[in-house]
Amino acid sequence: MARNTGDNAMIRLEGVSKWFGNFRALCDVDLTVDQGERVVICGPSGSGKSTLIRCINRLEEHESGRIVVDGIVMDDDTKHIADIRAEVGMVFQQFNLFPHLSVLENCTLGPMKARGIGRAEAQKLAMEYLEKVHIPEQAGKFPSQLSGGQQQRVAIARSLCMTPKVMLFDEPTSALDPEMIKEVLDVMIELAETGMTMICVTHEMGFAKTVADKMIFMDAGQIVEAATPADFFSNPKSERTKLFLSQILSH
Amino acid sequence: MSAVDATTDGLAAPKRLKRRVAWWKSAWFDVVQFVLLSGLLIWITWRGAASMDYRWQWYRLPRYFYRVIDGELIWGPLINGLFVTLEIAAWGMVLTLIIGLITAILRLSESVGGRVLAKVYLESIRNTPLLVQVSIFYFVLQPILGINNPLWTGILCLAFFEGSFASEIIRAGINSVHRGQWEASTSIGLSKTKTYLYVILPQAIPLMLPPMTGTLINLIKHSAILSFVAVFELTTEARNMIGDTFMSFEVWFVVGPMYLVLTISLSTLVGWLERRVRRHR
Repeated sequence: MARNTGDNAMIRLEGVSKWFGNFRALCDVDLTVDQGERVVICGPSGSGKSTLIRCINRLEEHESGRIVVDGIVMDDDTKHIADIRAEVGMVFQQFNLFPHLSVLENCTLGPMKARGIGRAEAQKLAMEYLEKVHIPEQAGKFPSQLSGGQQQRVAIARSLCMTPKVMLFDEPTSALDPEMIKEVLDVMIELAETGMTMICVTHEMGFAKTVADKMIFMDAGQIVEAATPADFFSNPKSERTKLFLSQILSH
Repeated sequence: MSAVDATTDGLAAPKRLKRRVAWWKSAWFDVVQFVLLSGLLIWITWRGAASMDYRWQWYRLPRYFYRVIDGELIWGPLINGLFVTLEIAAWGMVLTLIIGLITAILRLSESVGGRVLAKVYLESIRNTPLLVQVSIFYFVLQPILGINNPLWTGILCLAFFEGSFASEIIRAGINSVHRGQWEASTSIGLSKTKTYLYVILPQAIPLMLPPMTGTLINLIKHSAILSFVAVFELTTEARNMIGDTFMSFEVWFVVGPMYLVLTISLSTLVGWLERRVRRHR
């Protein structure tokens, strides 16, 4: 397997396209994410943001173009898909915790069943990450007993237990009550400070200004603008970006 | 969680009011009605039997359950028949669940051949009478496949029949687990099989239990149809007894409740199982 080929790219997308029936969800998307880079993707709904990051771990299959994650080419080889998924963690808008398992079991399932780690070691690992997301005391509870913010933090810990090299966040705070958004964003900022490679689809522009190395604006399946946060917010180049920013920053 | 605590503290639960219940809505009147109705039914039966000069011979019945000869216990035909029915039920349930699971997985699979096979099996079994299927199994498949045991022919036939219903229950159960569970499970690296095993089935099985109990109860009830093809289960033994003794009232009054004991025990067991599985929801 050809790992990093000289450059520092963790994720590389080249001319990626994806259709849902006749609807073209992604249109020749090129994107490179370096190791340790934090990328925030924003854009109107239906612009292909979620589809883009879901292609990176094969929750959606891209139809043309090339996706390379940490030197592994994403193709139909199930071994490659499994290898890429092992390196990519994902956090969903609806948390998707396993309701029949306790918080601790949610976190140990992956390490024990996918990695074959022993129970004691997996539990130690899980507690470590539950502490990092500030809810070790909830380990024995079931997801339905937690608030939305707590559930999302468990979901983050569950992903981290697989010690991924990349974390994908698909609108992680969109389903949360306003007072719970901050606790999740705080955890994500702490995670960014550890040097994790992150791609976040979010409309939390405060968060974006704090952590992003690169801002991406998407519309109609295309990357319209990619810039540093400073340039992106103060000096957007395209008219579409200006309009979008004026709409979400006006209030 | 202080916000939640404040609201529950602030609103003390209102004291439960003691309601005056009208006499015709009270529990004891329910019981009286039930006793009266049962009494009426028994009286009608007894009067009907009397008017046709039916001679009740309950005293002859016990020896058809068991006899003690020389200090040795020998089961009578009713108990032997019950054992055969239990055997059919036990093997039938295992095979029903296996056939149902395989068919459901074939129908949910990406293989076109598998889906067509499952669909053809499902539609042909669900849309033909069981009695016709029993006849085909007994008179056609049994000699062709060289099975020389009517009991196993019967068990297979019932399992294939109930398996078609079981597969739809299993498929519906699996489909009712939210798509996000698949995505979360695969994104933490679990394979398809492991996702089924540790994420999907544990959530789907509690949903499948109530309708599946119905199918398994049907299996027990439908086993009576095997009396048609020389399987010596409970109904066959009952019919033979009536042929010998002409005690049709007594025999059917006893055999009916024997089936009831089987089916009600099963649904009670599954009900208990269901409460255990759901404890953490």
